[in-house]
Amino acid sequence: MRTRLIELWVGIFVVLAIAAFLMLALQVSGLSDFSLHRKGYMVKAEFTNIGGLKPRSKVVISGVTIGRVTEISLEKNNYDEFVALVNMMIFDEFDKIPKDSSAKILTSGLLGDNYISIDPGFEEEFLHNDSYIELTSQAVILEDLISKFLTGNN
Amino acid sequence: MLIASLQNIGGGTLSSLASIGRASLVLFRAIFARPDIISGFRRLVAQIYSVGVLSIVIIAISGFFIGMVLGLQGYTILSRFGADQALGQLIALSMVRELGPVVGALLFAGRAGSALTAEIGLMKTTEQLSSMEMMGVDPVHRVIAPRFWAGQISLPLLTLIFNAVAIVGGYLVGVDWLGVDSGAFWSNMQSAVNFKEDILNGVIKSVVFGTVVTWIAVYQGLNSVPTSEGIGRATTKTVVYSSLCVLGLDFFLTAVMFREL
Repeated sequence: MRTRLIELWVGIFVVLAIAAFLMLALQVSGLSDFSLHRKGYMVKAEFTNIGGLKPRSKVVISGVTIGRVTEISLEKNNYDEFVALVNMMIFDEFDKIPKDSSAKILTSGLLGDNYISIDPGFEEEFLHNDSYIELTSQAVILEDLISKFLTGNN
Repeated sequence: MLIASLQNIGGGTLSSLASIGRASLVLFRAIFARPDIISGFRRLVAQIYSVGVLSIVIIAISGFFIGMVLGLQGYTILSRFGADQALGQLIALSMVRELGPVVGALLFAGRAGSALTAEIGLMKTTEQLSSMEMMGVDPVHRVIAPRFWAGQISLPLLTLIFNAVAIVGGYLVGVDWLGVDSGAFWSNMQSAVNFKEDILNGVIKSVVFGTVVTWIAVYQGLNSVPTSEGIGRATTKTVVYSSLCVLGLDFFLTAVMFREL
């Protein structure tokens, strides 16, 4: 009888721990929201400077999150200059993004994280897997702005 | 005089090396003890009860209060910068990455580790261990291994409970009492906490701490001087050594795990 009670308590203990784990996974880290089961297609873009962009940064259109940055690497472009090649995954439900859209890197708030904002264009063709976003503008670096302001007032 | 002190240093080094060796042998034999499935499982369940289940209450209550204190302290500082919406991520990240595994392991060392040492030490003092050997039963297999695995399994489970309860405590103070917006609390938390990098690394930490704390506890019990004073000293050593090891190891684990974030 006593061993049965002990087994019962150990069972309750394990179930409690699993419930805690599920709460941490779903409610705290928002696992249900982000990726594992969300599929998407990959889009690339070259930037001359990405500032503080990191893998997992948001990709937005009009402030709505439509994807995530997956990988950032340093490449040479056609003119033999260094550029940052940013791979991003756009979720499948946003499949009508015009081909001539442009991407820019913005900062949320004054000191917040960097993210990519896409301005939709007007083409009838849409971005698909492995397509490039040609029009990009680099991140605004606060130090550059300040030094420009300090050195030349033209 | 000089010779004697040299002898002391040498003897001390040798005996501490030997004790590290014995401790490693105990760990090795406990891990690779040949399990007999049914009765071994019974013993494991019984040990999980005394090591894990009996620690739930202290773990849950401390977690609740730690979460509430974090909520209170975090709110007073964050609201000064108008950033009280970031309270959720403050509580969740500090609990999941650091406070959960570390404070959980410290409480576990105090509650369960000391009990393990005292139990094994008393078994040694009353010569139960040597009589087992006389009967041809391997005490490491019969006594140490189930206790070791029970501690190893229980601490990560306890840490998960600790984290969850603490976040609920922080929610109660932050949202229900101090009036942080509930939606911002959860959504900022979810965007800041990453499942793989934060939660799984926290679990890995607590697995490591579980190994270290139970290892120290069973070894100190086995190695205790078989007197009542010896048991007392071994219990103290368990708590002191495992607290130091947990805090030290935590630094290295954090340096390896979270350097890139």
